[in-house]
Amino acid sequence: MASQDITPVGKDSAKVSLLNDPKVRGYIFQAVAVLAIAGLGYWIVDNTIANLQRARLATGFGFLDGRSGFDISSSPFLAYSSDSTYLKALMVGFLNTLTVAFAGIITATILGFIIGIGRLSHNWLIRKLCTVYVEVFRNIPPLLVIFFWYLGVLSVLPQARQSITLPFNMYLNNRGFFFPAPVFGDGAWLAGVGLIAGIVGALLVRRWAHKRQMATGQQFPVGLTALALIVGFPLLALAIKGFPLSFDYPVLGAFNLRGGSQIGPEFMSLFLALSFYTAAFIAEIVRAGIRGVGKGQSEASHALGLRAGPTTRLVVVPQAMRIIIPPLTSQYLNLTKNSSLAVAIGYPDLVAVGGTILNQTGRSIEVVAIFMIVYLSLSVLTSLFMNWFNAKMALVER
Amino acid sequence: MGTNLKGQIVMKNLVLKGALAASAFVLLANAASAATLDDVKKKGFLQCGVNTGLPGFASPNDKGEWSGFDVDYCRAVAAAVFGDATKVKFTPLSAKDRLPALQSGEIDVLIRNTTWTLSRDTQGFDFTGVNYYDGQGFMINSKKLSGINSALQLSGASVCVQAGTTTELNLADYFKANKMEYNPVVFEKVEEVNAAYDSGRCDAYTTDQSGLYAYRLALTAPDDHIVLPEIISKEPLGPVVRQGDPQWADIIRWTHYAMLTAEELGITQANVDEVKNGDNPEIKRVLGQEANTKLGTDLGLTNDWVVNIIKAVGNYGEVFEKNLGSGSPLKIARGINAQWSKGGLQYAMPIR
Repeated sequence: MASQDITPVGKDSAKVSLLNDPKVRGYIFQAVAVLAIAGLGYWIVDNTIANLQRARLATGFGFLDGRSGFDISSSPFLAYSSDSTYLKALMVGFLNTLTVAFAGIITATILGFIIGIGRLSHNWLIRKLCTVYVEVFRNIPPLLVIFFWYLGVLSVLPQARQSITLPFNMYLNNRGFFFPAPVFGDGAWLAGVGLIAGIVGALLVRRWAHKRQMATGQQFPVGLTALALIVGFPLLALAIKGFPLSFDYPVLGAFNLRGGSQIGPEFMSLFLALSFYTAAFIAEIVRAGIRGVGKGQSEASHALGLRAGPTTRLVVVPQAMRIIIPPLTSQYLNLTKNSSLAVAIGYPDLVAVGGTILNQTGRSIEVVAIFMIVYLSLSVLTSLFMNWFNAKMALVER
Repeated sequence: MGTNLKGQIVMKNLVLKGALAASAFVLLANAASAATLDDVKKKGFLQCGVNTGLPGFASPNDKGEWSGFDVDYCRAVAAAVFGDATKVKFTPLSAKDRLPALQSGEIDVLIRNTTWTLSRDTQGFDFTGVNYYDGQGFMINSKKLSGINSALQLSGASVCVQAGTTTELNLADYFKANKMEYNPVVFEKVEEVNAAYDSGRCDAYTTDQSGLYAYRLALTAPDDHIVLPEIISKEPLGPVVRQGDPQWADIIRWTHYAMLTAEELGITQANVDEVKNGDNPEIKRVLGQEANTKLGTDLGLTNDWVVNIIKAVGNYGEVFEKNLGSGSPLKIARGINAQWSKGGLQYAMPIR
């Protein structure tokens, strides 16, 4: 009892009303906010379920096992027919989205870097051309760019009978781009082994050359050697087996060219449009990144005797990358999301196929939920990869 | 085993609830509507879902005024409800968006050449009748493909088709059943399908035959194109309403029957006021002139609802001829859409 009377001064000061304690108040406000959000969520879900029941709409994802009944024009990776399930149709659409996004990201990056660097060129013509490119493509909605390629360029190509003939039995007409498909005979597996051996060899050479340059300062033509290894080994392997490789050439059928491989105009226009459109933004990001590297860096590099090319490649760009990568990530995400514009030109991406399924089954809530989950996952995965890449490129202090 | 199963159900429920929450707004708009008729009256106009542009059925002119067979049905419903055919707003819908738009309450009725199928009927929708009996066919450019005069010769062809339609499914079934290959070129909007076919992206165009005749007019060289003789499906087209509102479904259903009955009895836009006061008891009953009649009020409308419909748009035959038949560039024959008494399939239930 007595000990309670002798309360230390410090403890006394903490005995203010709980409501006035900023920490406690913070917790209370946060708890209220969480409750409010949870309440709103519950109200929405509850209301939706009630409405669904009143409209006598079935719910659940069981419908995905049903037979789709429709055909898809382009399914390069999965064997799909109208007897396949809705789930498989969605997979085909998803893979088509992935294909166009992946190809688009690579092309847009290469193109964007070239144009971004071109905008800083000392050559007046190159600089102005790159500026015009950026201003034109950056200020046109992506849907129009897609229509430009689809309706303006690819659909005015000649009909199948008047195809433009390109070298190596390749053809171009308004049904797409046709090229011979390789047919591998017995023993062609050795070429695959050769390819792997070539890649491993190239990596080893690069490591050795790097080590040697560190030790002696002597340089080695790594790029050319790698190319020779990667192309040479599979060729050598084929030669040993007596070239067990033939080609399936496209030939004119009743309606169109048959046989060979084919890239449809829908894919081409979507791919080209997304690449050209996003490249304009990437070019600006690259230019900003390079501008963000101190002028002294390149001056110092020139003073050391490096010419313009190596200065850009070895001194400026590696530092610029730290500025470039974060905004580049959002451009990649944009490109992936813009690929859903495919629906306008009939490329069977996830949204186009999902939309058809939605219409056939009436399961709008489920299909829209699948759209959201897939795009969200794709975006999160891209972000994770780019964050990892960013961490790798970040300034490492020694 | 039991707990595992329960766990699975809980898991499934969680996923479902998440999905529901995410897209709940689709259905939020619908929160407090059961009696569509009351809602429509309160709004003061009918919101009618129509095609984005199918000459003969629904298409806007350069002033944005809609006309067509389906459009006249929308006007007929507005006339039945309000006595005023102008109290209607049109929502142009792609094939893909039409059913979700009805489900969400964005439109009150869908009159957009929609095929009556079992699965659609059981997915929360009600079809109120068949205002046009159609069938799917193929159109080709006969100048470019001169040797072809049957759909069975289309193996290997690229075929333009609209996404999310029964047409797309019939196409797949037809080629599979006849062991033929084809390459579907699928677009969401009819305008895109038309443009692709016209530019030669596809060898053949498939949709309902009425649609083929309509689109042919819009092609650069209509005379180069022929509609192949095969009809590969039954396409009964009709108005659709949300399930669970029998009164509203009745109004749409009987609007159709009223137009058919009027044709049968010879009631036209021109003579409706005259015959209304004549002495044919059947006509008087249909037009609500019988003493103490409750036919219209029992439907939730006024007793002169049929008069309003016929004054606004005319009877079935008039609407058909004006939009699709001899009075239109399409020149489609009545065919199976003739009255039952003339060898067709159109048969109105008695209004009494």
